[in-house]
Amino acid sequence: MLGYCTLILLCQLAGECITYTTKIPVPGPVIGMVILLGILMRRNRMPVNLEKVAGILHRYLPLLFVPAGVGIIANVNLLKRFWVPIAGAIFLGTIVTIAVTGIVMRSFHRSKIPLETEGRQ
Amino acid sequence: MIGHIKDLWIYLSASPLVWLTVTLIAYQTGLLLYRRFNDNPLLSPVLFAICLLVAFLKLSNTGYSTYFKGAQFIHFLLGPATVALAIPLYREITLIRKAFVPIAITLIAGSLTAIINAVAIARCLGGNKLILLTLAPKSVTTPIAMGISEKIGGIPSLTAVIVVLTGIFGAVAGSFVLDILKIKDEAARGMAWGVASHGIGTAHALQKSRTSGAFSALAMAANGLLTALILPLLLVLIR
Repeated sequence: MLGYCTLILLCQLAGECITYTTKIPVPGPVIGMVILLGILMRRNRMPVNLEKVAGILHRYLPLLFVPAGVGIIANVNLLKRFWVPIAGAIFLGTIVTIAVTGIVMRSFHRSKIPLETEGRQ
Repeated sequence: MIGHIKDLWIYLSASPLVWLTVTLIAYQTGLLLYRRFNDNPLLSPVLFAICLLVAFLKLSNTGYSTYFKGAQFIHFLLGPATVALAIPLYREITLIRKAFVPIAITLIAGSLTAIINAVAIARCLGGNKLILLTLAPKSVTTPIAMGISEKIGGIPSLTAVIVVLTGIFGAVAGSFVLDILKIKDEAARGMAWGVASHGIGTAHALQKSRTSGAFSALAMAANGLLTALILPLLLVLIR
């Protein structure tokens, strides 16, 4: 497992190096994800322990957003002043985005691509 | 006695230990409540933990930077967790290859909708330029959104908060919106969650089904990439 933790960190590190040197406006971890995906596709198999590491990270994914969210406390004044546009963008904007994305994707699936779906757990 | 407790608090609150512990306790309390009430999406453990921690910081008169000294260890894991999204992506790679064109078109449509929508609504409701720049990347996952916000001249920490709120709201409201529109396809549902509410939506989708989760992870990652590339360009066009 430790080896795969290292692999994930190495991918992130490589990603950071690439974004820094090329100055592309994409964050390092995203490049790291693309790199790891590339490695998996070349190997064409999924190591069980890598799956375990990812499973642990993703089981607690919501927790990882808590520290950034608490940052609300440092921005109270701006939030108080601009809560209407911010709330509007969050509520209305998100609903519209979900609806548009869902509808566009469904319009394709209805016509041709049959996708197996799994039951809800 | 009270003097001792004060000394102890001053000693403890300067170390990361307290803030790390408090964050975990707050989240687990939220999780416990969430489970107790049959996974009611309104009782988001993330939102609960944030509220509890904000109250705690206010009561103990602690600044965010002090808190973050401890909480940064949790925050750091966002990076590796983002890299590890390659795993659910790889699992569904055949599915994604088969539907490459629809996925690409959906992503571009969703990504543009998310940005233009947020900026247009906020502008109509009286947001100034700083606020518009701050919330333009709101549908993108936190580390990417903060990076974009910094680059285009927004306030990264406020962006982070808006991103998290968007994620929570998207995860909660997403089910309702998708049900009303009768979108049952797991791939379409996953894409909608991933584009609109990034990692929190993906975490939610992963709990629903593996297919949803994989498409959500894909949408979130690709939306991050796309927004990082499109947003600076869009801003040039607007100016």
